[in-house]
Amino acid sequence: MSEGIDEGLRSKLQQQGVWVTSMQELYNWGRKNSIWPLQFGLACCAIEMIATAASRYDIARFGGEVFRPSPRQADLMIVAGTVTKKMAPQIVRLYNQMADPKYVIAMGACAISGGPFKEGYNVLKGIDRYIPVDVYIPGCPPRPEALLHAFMELQRKIDEQKLNGANKAAHLDPDQPSEFPVPAFGKRDLEPPANSNVFHPPAIERV
Amino acid sequence: MEGLEQIKARIEAAVPGAKIEILQNASPSQQHSLKIDNEHAGDVAKFLRDDPALRLDFCSNVTGVDWLDRTVKKTVKVKKVIDGEEKEVAETTEEKITGYLEAVYHLFSMTHKHGPVIIRMRTTDRAQNVCLTSLTPIWRSAEFQEREIFDLYGIRFDGHPDLRRILMWDEFEDHPMRKDYRQPDDYEYEPTPHDEVLEKAKGHYVSRPELDGAEKITTQR
Repeated sequence: MSEGIDEGLRSKLQQQGVWVTSMQELYNWGRKNSIWPLQFGLACCAIEMIATAASRYDIARFGGEVFRPSPRQADLMIVAGTVTKKMAPQIVRLYNQMADPKYVIAMGACAISGGPFKEGYNVLKGIDRYIPVDVYIPGCPPRPEALLHAFMELQRKIDEQKLNGANKAAHLDPDQPSEFPVPAFGKRDLEPPANSNVFHPPAIERV
Repeated sequence: MEGLEQIKARIEAAVPGAKIEILQNASPSQQHSLKIDNEHAGDVAKFLRDDPALRLDFCSNVTGVDWLDRTVKKTVKVKKVIDGEEKEVAETTEEKITGYLEAVYHLFSMTHKHGPVIIRMRTTDRAQNVCLTSLTPIWRSAEFQEREIFDLYGIRFDGHPDLRRILMWDEFEDHPMRKDYRQPDDYEYEPTPHDEVLEKAKGHYVSRPELDGAEKITTQR
């Protein structure tokens, strides 16, 4: 992974007890093994999230056991459950209050798309309408193993983030937004119903 | 517990002027109910709660029903004299019933361990006169459920201590459980739409003249 050093030489040096690394590798290694999730649940998915944090599945093995009750101290938002339209502004506000770098896991069918309540009048059709989502887990609810898998995917994603260059991570790019507009309560629906800068649904195609 | 007819007779004796009607339920549950009029609802409810034989001290459930305008067709066989002969002729009459909103209360007695007694109240129409008497002063457990009915059906309860929306936000204007509620058009892609969702999806299709019809033949590309 470290640039500017030959992999073979690196492994030779390692055999001799010399460990060569790069700043980026060290930085990402530290971050990915200490992801502090925000402690909140919205519906039944939260029960699975609690099970994941408890001893049987033990998210501590991946460095994510420190659930923080304050968004100021959290790195990861696990949107675990149905996001109602009444709750959506608060979720976006919590996301805005989190410090960069921050990540979002949309856990379960409801958080992804509204799930079984998609055609209902009171449920948001997916949290990705307002905030960027890093990992989606399908399931109703997903099993703790699925959440752990999503956690590992997120770790892989963090590991691949660049510290500089054109493809550097979003939180290091001052042009990338880290806060997103909070939707307002409208007369018939949330206003706007989706943030077009974040939400890019697939176009409707006919066969 | 005594029968509905008996309860009805005792209410009418205890609350002068109360108009009580027994509504039959033809379903297997056979849960017939009492329709009580709006003006005397408070007194009737107080009687049901305080009467020593009934003591319906627990209101377990309050819900709303939305009835749209409807026409009821009735066929009656009438004997008529046609051309000097008496014949049986089937006559169909149509009755128009204007829509109304309804609140249904399920009452039980913790003291006597009996119930349910079901009472209903109806508004005169669905648009302007949507007020009913709140029974929250009689049964405190009705408070949140009457708020929910107000929120989702739009019935206003006179005498309710705190009539605000409870599920939807305060700025919201519709009543989503009404049968004529249409939610805002916010359709997004679905891989396999069907039924109502398919109808909704069709409204969002973009026309493709080069593929869809006559243009394809005439242009001959």
